[in-house]
Amino acid sequence: METVKDILAQRNEIMKKSLGGIDYSKYEKDGLAFDYEALMKFVGYSMEEVLRIQRETKVGNTPLYELKNLTKLVRKISPPGKGARILIKDEAMNASGSFKDRRAALSLFQAKKEGYQGVIAATSGNYGAAVASQALQRGLKCIIAQEVFDSRGIGQPEILEKGRKCEALGAEVWQLTVGPELFFWSLLLLKETGYFNASLYTPYGIRGIEALGYEIGTEVKTLYGREPSAVMITHAGGGNVTGTARGLLESGCFNTRIIGVSVNLRGLHMASDTDFNRKSFTTGHTGFGVPFAINPDRVDVPRNAARSLRYLDRYLLVTQGEVFYATELLTRVEGIERGPAGNTSLAAAIPVAREMPEDEILVIQETEYTGAGKHPTAQLTFARKMGIEIIRGNPQDNIPGRKIVIPENLRQLSYEEYSLDKLKQSYLEHTLKKYDGKKLSLIEIKFLQEEIKDCNNFVIDYLNSKGVKYE
Amino acid sequence: MKNELIKKDSYVEIKIHLLEPEERVEGIPEDTRKVPFEARIKGFLVNDACMGEEVEIITVLKRVVSGTLITVNPPFKHDFGEPVRELLEIGWEVDELWKQ
Repeated sequence: METVKDILAQRNEIMKKSLGGIDYSKYEKDGLAFDYEALMKFVGYSMEEVLRIQRETKVGNTPLYELKNLTKLVRKISPPGKGARILIKDEAMNASGSFKDRRAALSLFQAKKEGYQGVIAATSGNYGAAVASQALQRGLKCIIAQEVFDSRGIGQPEILEKGRKCEALGAEVWQLTVGPELFFWSLLLLKETGYFNASLYTPYGIRGIEALGYEIGTEVKTLYGREPSAVMITHAGGGNVTGTARGLLESGCFNTRIIGVSVNLRGLHMASDTDFNRKSFTTGHTGFGVPFAINPDRVDVPRNAARSLRYLDRYLLVTQGEVFYATELLTRVEGIERGPAGNTSLAAAIPVAREMPEDEILVIQETEYTGAGKHPTAQLTFARKMGIEIIRGNPQDNIPGRKIVIPENLRQLSYEEYSLDKLKQSYLEHTLKKYDGKKLSLIEIKFLQEEIKDCNNFVIDYLNSKGVKYE
Repeated sequence: MKNELIKKDSYVEIKIHLLEPEERVEGIPEDTRKVPFEARIKGFLVNDACMGEEVEIITVLKRVVSGTLITVNPPFKHDFGEPVRELLEIGWEVDELWKQ
């Protein structure tokens, strides 16, 4: 068998063959810069076409519900005149039960069009089922590689369910132990099969999510005659934030604030064999949210089309216990059961809505399906077995990997504001590691400014403080 | 039973040793570095075999893969877990909030 080194040496060649003609090198510009918008334009489908392609395979046009009971409850605990109207986009109604169907739809359409026999995706999330479902509908074969087990063979119930669903949808599922070598293995499978790389991070994936933002923008404007004041987006690898924000802009919502939300799992290492089963959330957490914002290109394609810092207006953190509470609340108050990870932004929406005027609109932009394994009772039972303490109390006492604190009342739901300036600074620090001492060109400066949505000389101040020369 | 013969064409799960600890990539945590990188995959057994033997399977995509036979008719064991008191209580608390 080929070694990791052998395969990694062939990385670019394998990628090129498996990405359907996207030549990433064409978009590289001066030094650090690349032409992001030109890369995104490669997809070439108008929004009308994207929506049509998604409709063909049971994706999109999901219900936008006003959470009337939840809004009333939030107003009960808000200062007079406060308590925004809360809406939720029920993405669980897509073909395989999450917004990830949007992400898979265009990739699979393209793979079919270009004559590939099958597709491969490396993912432990809902994306696997989305790819499998879209592959079935397009008549393509599908292989999913998932990170599932620790070295003792113990699997997260949430991921076990995702594996089951992929198998039910006809995929060949490789269930792997913890570690980043997942990507090495998927490269090897790509080489062996010649299949299409349905990476989460291609322009196809992001363009598909733009349809979600576009639907939200147009539906809210039609129903309420105004833009949403803010859209709350569960943030992990950055695709959800990037696609939704771009779609909102395309729908003409130029003033809607983009709020990313992650579960705070700081202190747990994502590639650690022992930490792996000490977390109850396998996505939507800081273990992805922070590193992907700082270094978006740490992915299985040369340039990541998901670049969250270009769009984020705020980044909020919540605890696992708060998300479980919010999930239970959604069930008890609104009569719908949805999976917990998709409710990360719901947990933060409650305290955010309390601060907003009553006449404003706050949209939670996704839900995901629930079921065995992907349910609060399944995940909390598993957490207890892993030795995690579960108590009622103040969410501030939550300790990732040791203690899950379920709030005692609605008023206790809060958020931690993660400094975007800190993230932007880390992004610049990381990106400038490639800086070779030459003067940065105007193109590079402009690129950096766009990368972090710079509107107050942040980049220039940073470069000056580090003594980096520029034109 | 370890020595029981598993008939060919049974639906089984195999385990594959992909990387030894010393072959693992740089920069991963120490605990992960100490253990091998392994895969599990399911399919139909090509020949009669005993548990723990090296076997070949045919996957759902009709690809042949080899590894160690570990499970016959691998069940889905994930479920909804046990009732969680800390969540059950929330219903009554919501009722109280409506009354306020």
